[in-house]
Amino acid sequence: MSKGLPETRTDAAMSELVPEPRPKPAVPMKPVSINSNLLGYIGIDTIIEQMRKKTMKTGFDFNIMVVGQSGLGKSTLVNTLFKSQVSRKASSWNREEKIPKTVEIKAIGHVIEEGGVKMKLTVIDTPGFGDQINNENCWEPIEKYINEQYEKFLKEEVNIARKKRIPDTRVHCCLYFISPTGHSLRPLDLEFMKHLSKVVNIVPVIAKADTMTLEEKSEFKQRVRKELEVNGIEFYPQKEFDEDLEDKTENDKIRQESMPFAVVGSDKEYQVNGKRVLGRKTPWGIIEVENLNHCEFALLRDFVIRTHLQDLKEVTHNIHYETYRAKRLNDNGGLPPGEGLLGTVLPPVPATPCPTAE
Amino acid sequence: MAATDIARQVGEGCRTVPLAGHVGFDSLPDQLVNKSVSQGFCFNILCVGETGLGKSTLMDTLFNTKFEGEPATHTQPGVQLRSSTYDLQESNVGLKLTIVSTVGFGDQINKEDSYKPIVEFIDAQFEAYLQEELKIRRILHTYHDSRIHACLYFIAPTGHSLKSLDLVTMKKLDSKVNIIPIIAKSDAVSKSELTKFKIKITSELVSNGVQIYQFPTDDESVAEINGTMNAHLPFAVIGSTEELKIGNKMMKARQYPWGTVQVENEAHCDFVKLREMLIRVNMEDLREQTHSRHYELYRRCKLEEMGFKDTDPDSKPFSLQETYEAKRNEFLGELQKKEEEMRQMFVQRVKEKEAELKEAEKELHEKFDRLKKLHQDEKKKLEDKKKSLDDEVNAFKQRKTAAELLQSQGPQAGGSQTLKRDKEKKNLGFL
Repeated sequence: MSKGLPETRTDAAMSELVPEPRPKPAVPMKPVSINSNLLGYIGIDTIIEQMRKKTMKTGFDFNIMVVGQSGLGKSTLVNTLFKSQVSRKASSWNREEKIPKTVEIKAIGHVIEEGGVKMKLTVIDTPGFGDQINNENCWEPIEKYINEQYEKFLKEEVNIARKKRIPDTRVHCCLYFISPTGHSLRPLDLEFMKHLSKVVNIVPVIAKADTMTLEEKSEFKQRVRKELEVNGIEFYPQKEFDEDLEDKTENDKIRQESMPFAVVGSDKEYQVNGKRVLGRKTPWGIIEVENLNHCEFALLRDFVIRTHLQDLKEVTHNIHYETYRAKRLNDNGGLPPGEGLLGTVLPPVPATPCPTAE
Repeated sequence: MAATDIARQVGEGCRTVPLAGHVGFDSLPDQLVNKSVSQGFCFNILCVGETGLGKSTLMDTLFNTKFEGEPATHTQPGVQLRSSTYDLQESNVGLKLTIVSTVGFGDQINKEDSYKPIVEFIDAQFEAYLQEELKIRRILHTYHDSRIHACLYFIAPTGHSLKSLDLVTMKKLDSKVNIIPIIAKSDAVSKSELTKFKIKITSELVSNGVQIYQFPTDDESVAEINGTMNAHLPFAVIGSTEELKIGNKMMKARQYPWGTVQVENEAHCDFVKLREMLIRVNMEDLREQTHSRHYELYRRCKLEEMGFKDTDPDSKPFSLQETYEAKRNEFLGELQKKEEEMRQMFVQRVKEKEAELKEAEKELHEKFDRLKKLHQDEKKKLEDKKKSLDDEVNAFKQRKTAAELLQSQGPQAGGSQTLKRDKEKKNLGFL
């Protein structure tokens, strides 16, 4: 029978060069999964409640970035999405609309609460994007900002004495505003999305969609989708990250039919059919923001907030952040992938299980 | 606690903004929970206790299934750990349950090292997780977490106090895992003895500074129940997988001539309390404590041991790169040194071997010379002999020719001589 005791080598010639092997601790056997029939109620499913309570207590972070040329209604849309004055314009008391000379990054944080759930929402605005005459490389400050947030998180994670909950400032979702020209995507749009779809979840949005009729809208959307596909731009939800068939069919439907969402934003309320709704008043009628016949704002809101919020965060954490980390650690030491950051120093854990005695 | 984190951030310049309508992010906990359910949960329990205290039976009773495994004998030479993993499913929740049991604990004559295999096992699980976390390409979100979330320590129902083995083992384990002490086979202890026993155990644990797991009391919804349960520690449990008909229901029980002990009767034993606390109320908290407290402590100690620091003596934060470069250079230096040593050893060996070979060659040459000389001597002798033989042959030939000559000259004389000689012979013969 095998023992969990150290084995000493008796070959004298070899023992000078090879260090004595570490005594092997009793490592468990590979899991033998057996489906057991339960003879009664145990209570395992209460873990769902326990987990829910825990997450309610911890609270959530969500960081959303809005990118687009000035005048496309970014701030208004964000205010409409979160039904409160969360945008940069609302927070700053300098109401003058000076277009900055370079792309600036402004992040403003708010705490909102609903139904017992506390969320720290950070809206990151990018005034100056695409507004200059020469817009070359205007996505670089944005890419730099996103990578800086990953770097901050990585530094915290690598600390010896870590905080219990590392503050998450990474950008979870980037709403990119497409100008409703009705023709096709601009070169700037393509360049930006090509560079950034690899580091962050991009949700393309067609802004000020009340300037297009229904046919124009659907044609434009088709053309945009086609162009994005031709250029190899993977916007969120990315095809390669679909986990199971259910997700795939659901996301396929969204990718191929609804996205990019054509939205209208407004923070003013009007009376329509006896109800107060958010809308835009024009001489020819009131455009109701939350009416699916008028625009797709409700779809965007449901998609980003009500169904895919957690998934946005998870894709950012599990995929984009991990990619950044792997690249960063690789460049740092030139170690081949698979070895640890400190892999040269840590002794390997025995991979083969040693059978325990019966 | 993170609610205070958020509150602090508000103070840091974050304002609380009122909502003008229903946004919908209150479904966030549901989204999170759904994701976790689809991934499945895992829970790992370690049972430490002497052979025969009913560990396997208690696990069977807790989870309402018959887990595999044969009872161990008392003749184990050392403590080992036996682990098995099971997939349990209840409504839509899948749980990967791993149960690790000690085999042979408390059976040896010399129990000084009994706790070591257990501590090593727990450390090995932390180590595996740490390794995974430090990899460059890692897949933490699908990693099968094998760290021990709860350790049930089985105390023998002597009725007096804790054994010294128990104290030593628990002291070694309390900083590594959540310990829940339980009194096993508690139907051997009467009610009055039980209260005294529990008080004695708790006071001994406190006086020895053993930190057992306290059920969390910071969440209002469970604070009350957890608080009362904390007072009932250690739980006195009985395990049984046999079902007997009591009244008109089938219940798990143990039958004695003097009565029947019902496992799920709170007046008889604390089994129900243990199940409530372990599974139905605090499973998530146990997992979280393991990850945020015990694992972080292990990680911190391990990294500090290897020489990584967050700040150098001047309190300036070390950059990741610097530390790493330093470590790398150090390691490369070591490698080079080792290489040098090996090379030198090799050169030396080669020299020795060469010397040996040279000696052997010399010997061989000498031998060859000797043999050659011998051979030459022999040859000379033989030639001498041949020469002498030749001489004799020649001499003989000469005599032969001379004799023949004589014979041909005087055949009569020679013949009469011969006749005469013959006659003489004959005459002699007559005489």
